[in-house]
Amino acid sequence: MKIVYSDVLVIGGGLSGLRAAVASSKRGHSTVVISLVPAKRSHSAAAQGGMQASLAAASASRGDNEDVHFSDTIKGSDWGADQDVARMFANTAPKAIRELATWGVPWSRIKAGEREVVVNAKKVTITEEKQAEGLITSRNFGGTKKWRTCFTADGTGHTMLYAMDNKAIELGIDIHERKEALALIHSDGICNGAVVRDLITGELTAYVAKATVVATGGYGRLYKISTNAIICEGMGAAIALETGVTPLGNMEAVQFHPTAIVPAGILTTEGCRGDGGLLLDKDHYRFMPDYEPDKKELASRDVVSRRMTEHIRKGKGVPSPYGDHLWLDIRLLGKEHIDKNLREVKEICQYFLGIDPVTDLIPVQPTQHYSMGGVRTKPTGETPGLKGLFSVGEASCWDMHGFNRLGGNSVAETVVAGMIVGEYIADYCDDNSVDIKTSIVNDFIEREQAKIEKLCARDSGENVYDLKETMQNIMMDKVGIFRTEEDLVAAVSELTELHQRAKNIAIKTKTRSSNPELVEAMRVPRMIKIALCTAMGAQARKESRGAHAREDYPERNDKEWLKRTLAYWKNEDDPTPTLEYEDLDIMRMEMPPGSRGYGKDLTIHHPDTEKRVAEVEKLKEANPDVNRHELSELLNPIDLPERLRGLNERVGIGYE
Amino acid sequence: MSQSNGTAQKGRTLKFHILRFDPQLKGDKPRMETFEIEEQDSMTIFIGLNEIRKKYDASLQFDFVCRAGICGSCGMVINGRPDLACRTLTNTFPDGEITLLPLPAFELIGDLSVDTGKFMRNMSERMENWIHEEPDAEPRKLTVLEEKMDPDVATEIYELDRCIECGCCVSACGTARMRKDFLGAVGFMHVARFEMDPRDKRTDEDWYDLIGDDDGVFGCMSLMGCEDNCPKDLPHQNRIAYLRRKMVSAGT
Repeated sequence: MKIVYSDVLVIGGGLSGLRAAVASSKRGHSTVVISLVPAKRSHSAAAQGGMQASLAAASASRGDNEDVHFSDTIKGSDWGADQDVARMFANTAPKAIRELATWGVPWSRIKAGEREVVVNAKKVTITEEKQAEGLITSRNFGGTKKWRTCFTADGTGHTMLYAMDNKAIELGIDIHERKEALALIHSDGICNGAVVRDLITGELTAYVAKATVVATGGYGRLYKISTNAIICEGMGAAIALETGVTPLGNMEAVQFHPTAIVPAGILTTEGCRGDGGLLLDKDHYRFMPDYEPDKKELASRDVVSRRMTEHIRKGKGVPSPYGDHLWLDIRLLGKEHIDKNLREVKEICQYFLGIDPVTDLIPVQPTQHYSMGGVRTKPTGETPGLKGLFSVGEASCWDMHGFNRLGGNSVAETVVAGMIVGEYIADYCDDNSVDIKTSIVNDFIEREQAKIEKLCARDSGENVYDLKETMQNIMMDKVGIFRTEEDLVAAVSELTELHQRAKNIAIKTKTRSSNPELVEAMRVPRMIKIALCTAMGAQARKESRGAHAREDYPERNDKEWLKRTLAYWKNEDDPTPTLEYEDLDIMRMEMPPGSRGYGKDLTIHHPDTEKRVAEVEKLKEANPDVNRHELSELLNPIDLPERLRGLNERVGIGYE
Repeated sequence: MSQSNGTAQKGRTLKFHILRFDPQLKGDKPRMETFEIEEQDSMTIFIGLNEIRKKYDASLQFDFVCRAGICGSCGMVINGRPDLACRTLTNTFPDGEITLLPLPAFELIGDLSVDTGKFMRNMSERMENWIHEEPDAEPRKLTVLEEKMDPDVATEIYELDRCIECGCCVSACGTARMRKDFLGAVGFMHVARFEMDPRDKRTDEDWYDLIGDDDGVFGCMSLMGCEDNCPKDLPHQNRIAYLRRKMVSAGT
């Protein structure tokens, strides 16, 4: 039996995993990262438009601060987020971006003087102050009060990931590429690493560690069309689920991005609309102001995606062999702006569509984009069910996004959560040791080896590619943007059957070393489990909240559904997952539930909301002289690791 | 460089000629195999290879991650030129014949899959591709305003930071084929990127120690395969010439 020991094992080499690894390594804990692919190829690199942080240096972002960022994030989440976590996040985001500036990210900077921008289809001149010149600039994004999204052209994730991976290399962190975690090693409620398969040699190794971190990204590839990289298959969530003792949170919360190109499903950044781009229908008519007169194209993502779908249903879409689509128009931004700030978008249009967005309209459709759900964690990033098991980034349900994530808040979460949770992981390693018996480790390896042998021994059975395609079609057709009881019942029943069939997969290629079919055969049954968690969570949730939109239950129902879904797979032989719920406590909310300000407010309120609103008002009246930081402390006291505390400076106003 | 001509040719038969070889399997020998599939609208080599794997040969090895031309995983030699397979549309091949070979100059994993990761990590370690502050610099407090940077300089750094380490430049490089430890254009591009970054305090002498020899910038024979085959159109020729001039003066 081969065993690799370290203090920390990070599963996943994207931004959040690497940032957590940097934190634990800096605190003196030996840290190993395993990754399916070279770390710089992780899906974090695909983030285009930017990272939200309330630096408030650009003129259109003046007046921004942690409170405004927090409030936008909670509204965006449709009050589904954990407000402690969202507050920890908003307060730390400026520190995370400034740290990355010292690590080499070439953030786009402010140039003093006048410049022309496009706002609401009109050219407007804005003036940047001399004192702000050279500071990090920001652009407009959906669902935000201020221009808060900081960027490097439209290659933000790429530059962040390169700086982060290079930092990890500088620190000498071991990154083992082309390795896949097959199972978490755990006993007596403690997690101690993972069984890992080498994707080249096929060898199984036990990576034994004090702390284990799941940072494997989202589960977008459950859907037939997704903007996600093809490795985003939810395997981190699956191995956590398969422990049987720790749950996945809010798996039904799946975001659809308004503007992926048709048919490839590749993203064009929200920055297109943030910078002034428009959505047009088949008559080249700008329809969003009719639906959302206030925020128009820059309503929250879930809202825009639904409005687009509604408009297509009215027959206003452009017919194509891949279904009806709409147009994204960025022509009005001009060649110079597109060449400089939207050049990845331009390349994507050239290569995949053969068009030039300077002169042509871009065909777009709402497309699966982000997984709000994931491995449920406490604010420290540790899972509730297993000591020593942590999760960060899109893989987790740390829960700052609730039921809808704001654009620019995902790469921000990766580095902020990596920073915060990384410190808690290091604390955990300071206080704990590895006590697991090698016989238990051996059992876990043998169990995984036996599964592989059983799979390779079966000569006839189900075709893995057919099963995968069937699952992806079910999710696409029945667990999509708009959901109904009828579709969801059918989805759960079809997926339950698929889960049984997946126990009988037979593969043609029996090679134990590098073998893509074997990899697929080990992943697909687990993808189906994740799909079942998603579909069952959606069927059970009889309300509409954020990205979870039920046509038969259009109201947000705080009275009955202000709670987080927890999906467990308690016994290996269970035909379906078990759903449990945890309530969100209104009486502890800094920002009690209210209206997001889109369309007609259909909220069914919880009786506590009125009470808490009155309580918050009373607290404000009783403390008329406190500043905003003290007020936030009164309303929502949070704990942050020592080194991440402190007020954030802003140009012209200092630490106000 | 491949670019769509926008004309769909649905129904045409495509012939993929693919190098097959699995060095993990004892006794396996390199050979070419041909697969025929029907062309679909907007088909890319990514879609084509996946269809071959599903329908004809599940053992076929290749690497894709983003399938959107931004992660650099899928470099391969396509009809004689290294390029990104994910964004190469099949309708750019008038006769429907597509020959695919793994990138040379990297360790072969199997079929079209090569280990660029190991090469790039070595390169990053060797060139120390990170910001070097003054040795005695105090870590900057994260609560204070970030250090200012000229906006044009930030834009110029990003231009060079767009490299996706796909390895096409190394595979297209005459020197890299003859000289095992030659840094290659990807390494020079990173050096040029950090050399112009005001946050990096390394001196010309430091750079000379890294690239002032025949495994570095003086080994380049100026064949410019890198410039001709870079999927991101990075200014390799210009930057290599710049570094060479700079190193000549640093070395004298």
